[in-house]
Amino acid sequence: MAVLSPDQVKPAEYSKAFDGESVAALLKEGVDGAVISSSSAGIVVDSAKIVDALEWLKNSPDLAYDYFNSVTAVDWADKFEVVYHVASTVRGGPPLALKVNLNDKENPVVSSASSVYYGALQQEREVYDFFGIKFAGHPNLRRIFMWEGFEGYPLRKSYREAYYEQERKPFETRWDQGHHIINEDRTPWHDNVVYPKNFDPTVFKQQREIVRVAPTIEQGDIKAIKTQPIVVSIGPQHPSTHGVFRMMVTLDGETVMALEPVFGYLHRNHEKIGERNTFYMNIPFCDRLDYLCGMSMETGYVLAVEKMMGIKPPERVEYIRVIMNEFTRIVSHMFGGIGQVYSDLGAFFTPIVIYGLEERELVLDLFESASGSRMMCNYMRFGGVWKDLPEGWLDVAHELAHNRLPRVVDEMEKYLVHNEIFDLRAKNVGVLPPDLALSYGVSGPMLRGSGVKYDIRRADPYGIYDRFDFDIPVGTNGDIYDRMWCRIQEIRESIKILQQALKGIPTGEIQAGKKAYSFKVPKGDVYAHIEAPRGDFGWYVVSDNNATPYRYHIRAADFINLATMEQMCVGHKIGDMVGVLGSVDIIMGSVDR
Amino acid sequence: MKLFPTGTLTGMLIVLKRLFRSYPNDIQENIKAKSLFKATSPGVASERASVYQKGLITVEYPEVKLKPPENFRFIPFLVYEPVLDAADKPIVDAATGKEEVGVERCTACGICAKVCPPQCIWIVRATGADGKPKPKASEFFIDIDVCMNCGMCVEFCPFDAIKMDNEYELAGYERHVNHIYDFDTLMKSTTYYESIKPTDYATEEAARKAKEDAKAKKAAPKGAAATKEAVEAE
Repeated sequence: MAVLSPDQVKPAEYSKAFDGESVAALLKEGVDGAVISSSSAGIVVDSAKIVDALEWLKNSPDLAYDYFNSVTAVDWADKFEVVYHVASTVRGGPPLALKVNLNDKENPVVSSASSVYYGALQQEREVYDFFGIKFAGHPNLRRIFMWEGFEGYPLRKSYREAYYEQERKPFETRWDQGHHIINEDRTPWHDNVVYPKNFDPTVFKQQREIVRVAPTIEQGDIKAIKTQPIVVSIGPQHPSTHGVFRMMVTLDGETVMALEPVFGYLHRNHEKIGERNTFYMNIPFCDRLDYLCGMSMETGYVLAVEKMMGIKPPERVEYIRVIMNEFTRIVSHMFGGIGQVYSDLGAFFTPIVIYGLEERELVLDLFESASGSRMMCNYMRFGGVWKDLPEGWLDVAHELAHNRLPRVVDEMEKYLVHNEIFDLRAKNVGVLPPDLALSYGVSGPMLRGSGVKYDIRRADPYGIYDRFDFDIPVGTNGDIYDRMWCRIQEIRESIKILQQALKGIPTGEIQAGKKAYSFKVPKGDVYAHIEAPRGDFGWYVVSDNNATPYRYHIRAADFINLATMEQMCVGHKIGDMVGVLGSVDIIMGSVDR
Repeated sequence: MKLFPTGTLTGMLIVLKRLFRSYPNDIQENIKAKSLFKATSPGVASERASVYQKGLITVEYPEVKLKPPENFRFIPFLVYEPVLDAADKPIVDAATGKEEVGVERCTACGICAKVCPPQCIWIVRATGADGKPKPKASEFFIDIDVCMNCGMCVEFCPFDAIKMDNEYELAGYERHVNHIYDFDTLMKSTTYYESIKPTDYATEEAARKAKEDAKAKKAAPKGAAATKEAVEAE
C-alpha cells in the first residue's frame, strides 16, 4: 500500500470526460436553439430553453447529468446571470456550468428547474431570497433565510447591510487616521432596517401553514386522519436540532404527516461578507462555515482561488493538506456523524459521544500545535500552508494513524454494530431511495448510504487524492443505520489514506511563490468542490480582476441534504424524526451561512 | 428482538473496560500526593493527555492549566525592546513596576490594519512638529471582541512588531471599555515574547542579526553617518 509517484497515477475510474465545448455540440442537436455560446468552462443557454436543456442533459444516456450540484446567480451591472452546475455520478468528472442571462433587471423571471431536479426546490428559494429572481413554476417560492417581512435582496450589489462602511475592504477609516469608534455607534440599528412599503408590524402575521412540496410521498404513507392534525414547531432552541434550526411538523398523534425545515436563525450572509473581503481575508471566514471541519472548508476555498490564479502548491503542501483533511474527516465523523446521532437516538451523552470526543481532543491538539488554533485553524494559504509542521508532529500523527485510531474505530464498531437497541432504532428508519437522493443533490455519507457510489475524491479528484489507494463504502438501504455504517467505514478508509500520506510525505517548500496580502485575481469564474465530511462542498468564485471577489457562493452540502427531511420522516414517529435529523449530520454554521 | 441482547452486553463490556482503564493512574497519583482530591499537576496532566495514554483524563481547569503549544495564537500584542542595564536585565520602574520601553518596533505602516479580516485594528500615525508623518503610532486600538484570532497581522508585519499572545482568559464585565485594547495595554516586552514563543523568537533574532551584520558590512566605510541617521530616525 505505497503511495504512487506523480507519473504512475492510476487512470481515473471514470473514463469519458466531456468539457463545455463537446457538451454544447451535443446539446445543440438535442435541444433546438438552446445554446447561445459555449466555452470549455460552460455553456450559455437561452433563458426560455433552460429546463428543456437540463432535462435533455439528465436523460441523455451518454452524458447522464443526473446530479444537481447548485444553482446560484450573479448580479452584473446590466443583467442577472443564473448559474447552474450539474454533474454526473455515472461518469464522474468536473461539473458542467450552465448560464442563463436575464436582461430584465426590474423583473427577472426564469423557469424553475424543480421539475427536473428536486434539488432545485430549496436552492431556487435561496436565489429568490437573495437576488429577487423569480422562478416560474416553483411550488413554494418564498424567502428561505430572511423573514417574510424583509425588504430588499441582500446579495444584489445595490443592497447595503447594517453597519455598512465601504464596498471593499480594507476600510479607509482604519489606518492613518484610525480614531477608534465602536461600530454600533456609527450606524445605530434603527437606521439600517428597511421595512417594506405598507408594512404594519402590529398586523403582520408570519405564514404558518405548511406548504407541501415533497412531490413523491405516497399517499398511503399517511394514514387516514382520525384525529385533528396539529402543527408543532420544533426548535429553534432544542437540544436535538444541532444549533438554531427549526422544523414545522404536522403531527397526527405521534406520526409525522408533513415537515418543513425553517432556516436562517444563524444567517449572517457569509457570501456578502466574502464579497467585501479581499481574497486573502476570506480564508479565516471559511473556518466559520462548517466549524467541525475548518481545515476542509479552507482547502475548498483555497483550491478555488488557486485554480483561478493557476498556482500549483509544492508537493509537501499537497501531502499536508491530505493529512489535515483526513484527520478532519475522522474527528468530524466520530463526534458529529456517529456520536451525536447516537445521542439523538436516546443515548444522550453516553459513552460513544465521549469516546468520539476523546479522540477528537487528541487530533485537535495536533491542529493546535500546527496551526495555532483548535477549530478555527486558518492554516491553508494560496499555494501553501501557513507554517511548516512543528518538530515531533509527524510522530504523534503516526501513532494516531497506526495504533490509536484503528483501535478506537474497532471498539466503536463493536459498540454500535449488532447492538440490538441501535438496530431497532436505526434500521429501516428514515429511508432515502437512491433516485430521490440523486435528484435532491444529496451528497456525502448520506448519498453513499443510499447506495450511490459517488465520492468527489474519486469522481473529480482534487489535490493528490488520485494517488492514494482507498475504497468508497456504500450502504444498501439508505436508512440511519447505513449512514452510520458508511461513516465508520469511511473513518477506516481515512486512516488508510493517512497511513499512506504519512509514509510518503516529502520535505521541502511549504509555499509556492511569494505571499501577498492583496493581489488581483484574473477575470473569470471557477467552481471547485471537495469531499468534505458532510458531503460535496463547492465554491463558486467570480472575479472581475480585482482584489476582492465579485461573487462568492458556497454550495453547502448539509443545507442541501436537509431538503430531504420531509421525504425521510413522513410516516415515522416524532421520536424517529430526531434520529433522522441527527443522521443528516448538520452544522448550522454552513446550513445558514 | 433477540431474547438475549448480546450486542448490547458487548457494548456494556466496552464501557466497563474503559472505566477500569481510567482509574489506575489517578489512584497512583493520589497515593503519591497522599490526598484523595488533589488536582493533577500540569506536567503529569500534559503527559497523560497525550496520544499514548489509554484511559480518560480530566484536567482540572482552572486549578490546572495545560501549557498551550508554541504556535497557539490569541489576540495580538505589540512588541517593544526594553532598556537593559549592565547585567542585561530590563530596567524596571520602581513606582509603576513597569519595564522601561526602549525601542517601539511598530512604525505605524498600517499593514496589519489593512490585512485584518474583520478590520479590528485602528491606527493613527503620529506627526512631528513640522507636520510630517513620523514612523510611530500615536493611537493604536484593537477591539478584541471583533478580533477573530486569525494571526494575519503577525504574518505580514515587516518589523516583527505585532505578535500573537497566549493569554486566553479575557472575559470581562464591560465590553466598551475593557475589551478595547489601547497602545499601553498592547505593549509587551521582547522578554515576554521570548518566554511564550522561544523558537519563533530565536529564528527572528538570528535573521535580524544576519541582516544587521550584512548592513554593517556594507555600510562600514560610512558607519558614522549611518549611526547618526539611526539616532535621528528614533
